[in-house]
Amino acid sequence: MDARRESEPTRMKNRTTVERKSERELVVTRTFNGPARIVFEAWTRPELFRRWWAPKSMGMSLRSCEMDVRVGGKYRLEFEGEAMAFFGTYLEVTPPSRLVWTNEEGGEGGPVTTVTFEEKGGQTLLVMHELHSSKEALDAAGTGAADAMVETFAQLDELLLTLGASMGRS
Amino acid sequence: MVQYRRAGFDASFAALSDVTRRGVLEQLGRADASITDLAQKFHMTLTGMKKHVGVLEQAGLVTTKKVGRVRTCKLGRHRLEEEAAWIERYRQLWDARFDELDEVVEELKRKEKVDGRKKRE
Repeated sequence: MDARRESEPTRMKNRTTVERKSERELVVTRTFNGPARIVFEAWTRPELFRRWWAPKSMGMSLRSCEMDVRVGGKYRLEFEGEAMAFFGTYLEVTPPSRLVWTNEEGGEGGPVTTVTFEEKGGQTLLVMHELHSSKEALDAAGTGAADAMVETFAQLDELLLTLGASMGRS
Repeated sequence: MVQYRRAGFDASFAALSDVTRRGVLEQLGRADASITDLAQKFHMTLTGMKKHVGVLEQAGLVTTKKVGRVRTCKLGRHRLEEEAAWIERYRQLWDARFDELDEVVEELKRKEKVDGRKKRE
């Protein structure tokens, strides 16, 4: 099945990976079929950012998206319908290769996100790195997320199959 | 822009790699059981079952309590479910975002081409 997938022509979907680097770090990677300047633009222009950051396929929609993309500038993203907002400050803005911002919705000492855009042969490798201030901070953030989840063991089984399969491939 | 849980994920995953341990979890999902009960159900020695339960306990999937001479096992608070589900959901979320970002990138590429052509004209 994998062999067939790999032999499919050009328009193959690029794979998103999530990997834990340490107790405090998580890394998401993905390749895009375009130059870094274009991918960077899609991360830094609010009218473009809001189109993909709240994917319709996940039933998400943003009420507002404000981004002042410069060192010390603020961003604020508010979801439609829920009283949920994400906000923080840009620490580094280096077009078209690097963005760093804080995540302040959880209060002081929130995680810091670093996104790098590395162009190679017309494609861009995007690496998003999340660094928490401590293992405890990460555990606390995770507990809130975990508490919000209700799953059955049947769903868990399916999930493990998926995870097992994707681990086997990598 | 982040929320996730990861602690103990490896331990949980290793614990579930064994078919007997998955069976034990399934069994405990129906009712609490002593180690002796479980050993009988899975046709195993007491020592063998103790080892399996130990691995599950280490991963936080099972908790045990000794009353008199009987050690009773019950499911932990679905820690694995929380962790495995969380990290996979996080991946799915970003995968969905990046699928839409692909669209934005394609659109910008087309636009750049058109603009380039206009400039040359």
